[in-house]
Amino acid sequence: MNDLTRPRVIGQRTPRIDGEFKLTGRAGYTGELHAEGMLYGYPVPATIAHGKLEALELDEAQAMPGVVDIFHHGNFDTLHRSPNSMGHGDQVSEVRLPFEDETIHYHGQYVALVVAKTFEQARAAAYRVVARYRQASGAVPSLLGRDDEGLPIESEGSSRGDPEAAFSGAPVKIDRTYHIAAESHLQMEMHATLAEWHDGGRRLVVHESTQGVVYQRNAMARIFDLAQEDLEVISHYIGSGFGNKLFMWPHAVATAVAARRLQRPVKVVLPRQQDMMSGGNRPASRQHIRLGAGRDGRLTSVIHDSITETSLVDRYIDSCGSATPSFYACDNLAVSQRILPVNHGTPCPMRAPGEVSGIFALETAMDELAVELKMDPVELRLRNYAESDPESGLPWSSKQLDKCLQSAAERFGWDKRNPEVGSMRDGDEIIGYGMASCTWFAGRQPCQARVELRADGSLFVGCGTQDIGTGTYTIVAQTAAELTGMPLADIEVKLGESGLPSGPLSGGSMATASTLPAVAAAVRDALDALKEVATGNGGAFEGLSADDLEVGQGGLSHGEHRVSFAEVLKTNKLASVNGQGSTAPGAEQNAYSFRSFGAHFVEVRFDPGISRVRVARVVSSMDIGRAINPPAARNQVEGGIIMGIGMGLFEQLEYDPRDARLINSNVADYILPTHADAPEIDVELLDYPDFEFNEFGARGVGEIGLTGVAPAISNALYHATGKRHRDLPITIEALLASS
Amino acid sequence: MRAFAYSRADSVDHAAHRITHDAAFVAGGTTLLDLIKLDVLKPKNVVDINALPLKRVERLDDGRLRIGALVTNTDLAHHPEVKRHYPLLSQALLAGASTQLRNMATTAGNVMQRTRCPYYRDAAAACNRREPGSGCDARGGLNRLNAVLGGSDACVAVHPSDMCVAMAAIGATLTLSSADGEREVAFGDFHRLPGDTPHIEHDLADGELITAITLEPPLAPAGSYYLKLRDRASYEFALASAAAQLSLDGEMIGEARVALGGVGTKPWRCPDAEAALVGQPAQIATFERAAEIALRDATPLEHNAFKIPLARQSIVRALREATRLARDEGKQEGQV
Ligand SMILES: Cc1cc2nc3c(=O)[nH]c(=O)nc-3n(C[C@H](O)[C@H](O)[C@H](O)COP(=O)(O)OP(=O)(O)OC[C@H]3O[C@@H](n4cnc5c(N)ncnc54)[C@H](O)[C@@H]3O)c2cc1C
Repeated sequence: MNDLTRPRVIGQRTPRIDGEFKLTGRAGYTGELHAEGMLYGYPVPATIAHGKLEALELDEAQAMPGVVDIFHHGNFDTLHRSPNSMGHGDQVSEVRLPFEDETIHYHGQYVALVVAKTFEQARAAAYRVVARYRQASGAVPSLLGRDDEGLPIESEGSSRGDPEAAFSGAPVKIDRTYHIAAESHLQMEMHATLAEWHDGGRRLVVHESTQGVVYQRNAMARIFDLAQEDLEVISHYIGSGFGNKLFMWPHAVATAVAARRLQRPVKVVLPRQQDMMSGGNRPASRQHIRLGAGRDGRLTSVIHDSITETSLVDRYIDSCGSATPSFYACDNLAVSQRILPVNHGTPCPMRAPGEVSGIFALETAMDELAVELKMDPVELRLRNYAESDPESGLPWSSKQLDKCLQSAAERFGWDKRNPEVGSMRDGDEIIGYGMASCTWFAGRQPCQARVELRADGSLFVGCGTQDIGTGTYTIVAQTAAELTGMPLADIEVKLGESGLPSGPLSGGSMATASTLPAVAAAVRDALDALKEVATGNGGAFEGLSADDLEVGQGGLSHGEHRVSFAEVLKTNKLASVNGQGSTAPGAEQNAYSFRSFGAHFVEVRFDPGISRVRVARVVSSMDIGRAINPPAARNQVEGGIIMGIGMGLFEQLEYDPRDARLINSNVADYILPTHADAPEIDVELLDYPDFEFNEFGARGVGEIGLTGVAPAISNALYHATGKRHRDLPITIEALLASS
Repeated sequence: MRAFAYSRADSVDHAAHRITHDAAFVAGGTTLLDLIKLDVLKPKNVVDINALPLKRVERLDDGRLRIGALVTNTDLAHHPEVKRHYPLLSQALLAGASTQLRNMATTAGNVMQRTRCPYYRDAAAACNRREPGSGCDARGGLNRLNAVLGGSDACVAVHPSDMCVAMAAIGATLTLSSADGEREVAFGDFHRLPGDTPHIEHDLADGELITAITLEPPLAPAGSYYLKLRDRASYEFALASAAAQLSLDGEMIGEARVALGGVGTKPWRCPDAEAALVGQPAQIATFERAAEIALRDATPLEHNAFKIPLARQSIVRALREATRLARDEGKQEGQV
């Protein structure tokens, strides 16, 4: 039964166990929760991006109906900052506390929090708060359009061989600069906090839409000087977070302070504008790539220098070059990273952070090299195939990129591509074919889980990780079902509470590989406990040894004799047995390199008569290890592809060049793909379980689908038009220049 | 958002009576409530006109089509008279907003919708349209979405409607009602150029209500085409759009109507371009010349120069498609 190399539930199409709750509206998202006596908070955002708050005039707002109190720099509690350490699990998104001082660093920075009896009253009063500013000159509106050097970040660099010498001696060179505009996560559910103090202000319960209940618990414990036991962070359902909910933002701190001071629960749901201004973004980047190659297409040098934005109140590093050292076999390589503080809300990880930007630059440059060499771009990639990880020198645990390239090319019909620019036409449209490889690292975090086998015939699994909408509830249940033979309906999964055994962040595509082994260990531990009961005094299998018993279909058996788990417990008058699991990456980390790989093939259609480009078709193959729940995994890749279309063609946060104010903080003016922009998508998940990585063979799939899409689009556009697009998004303005 | 008094009007007279400078009608609410929530519009009284009997579409004896002010964008787009005789209008409506919005949006509300200039919609920015005399942040700011036709020093905001572009091309009359009775205004005269007074957006006095819009009789046999160009495929305002309508006289163009959206401070009819089409061969070179003429007076700002060639492209393609449809139409007529 326990043979995970031939699973029966794992790897099967499994409807979401939480689907019914969501469809029927019973899944309570943070913004929908209500607590007895709850008040509503509405933040007042700064209307300038750089300067000082000189005065707040609150009289009118204070007198508005329903207003209970207004919090700001003049009356806010003195708190501690979080140490902001990834290693200690208390990282926050923005280390500056709300209302710390009167300096304004970005448009949308909170200058006050109005608390009132209803949401509408809080908002109405927030509009009546008059803030007087002294605007400072010299706001930095963006990294784009500037040539600042920024601050070097040595920790993100990598080098081998002598890349400069190899580059200058290379017979074929590519030397190009790429720019990507800042993007918004635009997760469906806005940031939201509901804070409630108990026991006379000694214990804090926070409901938050977060990708990391444990991290937020730890950070808040530091900030409010509480013991971890006196703080609980809960996040049962999350309307997605693409990285902007990994770490806590200042609104949560402001909400908790308001609740403590008013001795009533307070809820804050950020409006979309504020979510976009101050709730995280993917920073803009400028990347300089130099490739040196022989006439045979073999890379002799790869030099990748990046600079990305951070804010003035934190140091966020969007490491663009982190995949580059492992991507291609090349003896001479240098990767460097810098950051430039700009007057924006703090950037943070956004789906495939850093790498997705880096892969755009690298995979566009590779296409440029293929053109230069008059070589098929697929062939160029195969010539530089890294059979082992050139960065670590270790073998790959499992790498099937060559199969991805072959399979996707075949399904796409790549052999029908006439490499000549603009040669493929259909009516008004020029057809362009382009491709790119993609990758995302496979990481794993420590994880603990708890299981209860109960006499009522159910099994409970608890873990302090989250389901951010990707399907974690379901795969945890599948795991328990796999190991016990119980039906999914009898399995209860609890996630998203910091009081549960500590689980991982739902980020970095690490949740699956981190969580399932711990769940499995806890299930096995519970089964061991059950066998002990069964074989002990008065047990259903008294006298046998635990090794004599088989587990299956929700029961224990010995030969023909089979007893359900529930009966085993009842026989001994037990309500339940428990199991604990605690797992972490181990020695395999020193033996192998772990990465997922894939390939996207894209057809674009460009109508030069009206400067219109549309992505018509995407064919992808992904090597992600085993997919635990294939439709959910496929869904991640498809969503990534659509997000990649947004990154390639539409999305950009627009900051006024004069004063760094964000002017498109709404979903009408910030253009992201609609259904009508979603092309025909054909995703294949290669099934090569990675058992070196974990016993489930899963590497995670949340991010890889996004990487490589934008360069495949820009490469296809080059094929259609002969114009190389090195800046994202590729706007109509840029397309007009190619017609 | 500010508190306001809400009332329902049960007759046109009633409604008109209640409108003073600090009051607003609400029809579908898709513009009004949005802007109230952004603190851009601040009416003290909101008069709900949805109970008024202004939901009919009727063919008049003179061949014109009278559309009640409260007919929704969805109903109008799918109305058999409109689909059959004014496919241009149907196309333009369906190119606008989203299904949900069109289900709420009304004909008069659409005419009266406000600009999408980001500085107009940001209460903290300088905007002469929103706050006379405060200045224009768009001119020196990010003005990708702003107008290249009809702008002034005071304002370069685009009138964002699709429906109105089709109506401008078709030709129409608005019926305005007040306590003093009814008056009619030609569609082309209703929206004002910004000039020095961009806050005066249209020819509607306090105490007046739009009760109907009446379309000119359809051109026939004719082809028409509405082409909307934008970044993404759906649910976005036009960067440039063209409404084209023409009749053929053999290979020559008989009558022609052209209007532009997304580029002008009001729905932009192009009479000079039309004159350059009439009597000319229906071919690309003719269309290109008309497009040149239509954009002759266009003045770009820092970020919207692309709209000029884009608008030309929209005209040429829309005329080409309209010609194709006119030929089909002609063939069908011939068969009858
Ligand atoms: C996200 C979004 C996208 C959109 N995209 C598009 C698009 O692509 N193309 C497009 O054309 N439009 C678009 N729109 C605009 C939409 O068409 C308008 O909001 C709608 O037509 C307004 O109609 P309404 O009935 O809802 O007006 P309301 O909001 O009720 O009223 C709008 C204004 O008209 C006044 N008014 C209403 N009725 C009368 C009357 N009978 N007499 C006098 N004044 C009156 C009101 O007082 C108010 O000032 C979009 C809107 C949104 C929110």
